[in-house]
Amino acid sequence: MLTCKDFLRELSDYLDGAIDVELRAGLELHITECPNCWVILDTSKQTIRIYRGMEPQQLPQDVHDRLMAALQRKMTAKGRSLRAGFTSPPA
Amino acid sequence: MEAAEATAGFDEQGLVQRARQGDQQAFSRLVSEYERKIFRLAKRITDSDEDAEDVLQEAFLKAYEHLDDFQGNSKFYTWLVRIAVNESLMKLRKRKTRRTISLDEPADGAEEPMVREIAVWDGNPEDQYAQEELRSILESAVQTLKPAFRIVFTLRDIDELSTEETAQALGLSIPAVKSRLLRARLELRDRLTRAFKKKGDDVFAYL
Repeated sequence: MLTCKDFLRELSDYLDGAIDVELRAGLELHITECPNCWVILDTSKQTIRIYRGMEPQQLPQDVHDRLMAALQRKMTAKGRSLRAGFTSPPA
Repeated sequence: MEAAEATAGFDEQGLVQRARQGDQQAFSRLVSEYERKIFRLAKRITDSDEDAEDVLQEAFLKAYEHLDDFQGNSKFYTWLVRIAVNESLMKLRKRKTRRTISLDEPADGAEEPMVREIAVWDGNPEDQYAQEELRSILESAVQTLKPAFRIVFTLRDIDELSTEETAQALGLSIPAVKSRLLRARLELRDRLTRAFKKKGDDVFAYL
């Protein structure tokens, strides 16, 4: 019989589907009998889901421009030149 | 939608190959794909816009400079993350402030994972908060994590690298990545539960 401590220790691997069938069955049995662990599992899933949906913010235009200018200098120094058309930020 | 379009048809391996042959357009495409993520990661580690910008530039310049050294046995992005993490840590060392940062496990790392808040959430946070407000809650919660946990969480659960890729990018073992990820997820779950729980479920709410 798995304890709450066992459940917490395996939680991450359970969420990632990285455990074997037998352990998975044991954990699933545990949450049917332990409301606290059920809540922890549910809120952990929501935590991961909400962060996964978070797109990185648009890079400020000036930060992007300075990056491209620095790259341009590097490419020129390497004897190559950056063709026009790549100084605007990505859509 | 734009991000999805950018990802569709994005052939990292092909672009790296072309960039190595001197195709600057291909390298620019790699920059466009990853600059926002690298900036976000650098900002997470350094907690500074200025340092994050320096890291962003240095990471891409180094990647360009050393493109021929890139082995191709990992993803280009994983390699780029490793450069950016190293640059970020160097930045902090140079800062010589009292604030120190390390990728090593904090001294209390051996403890059992902790759970303090057990309460269901009050619906879907995406429906309860304006987008910017929600972003701010999520960002502040991540910044309260210890750096060793924050970086692993960012790579695994936000950038969606695999455990193996995260281990490779950070030079950590797989068990170390897993144990940090578990701690990070549980700590964030605690913090978000504090923000999002149904008030009636909290026995202390009215004290």
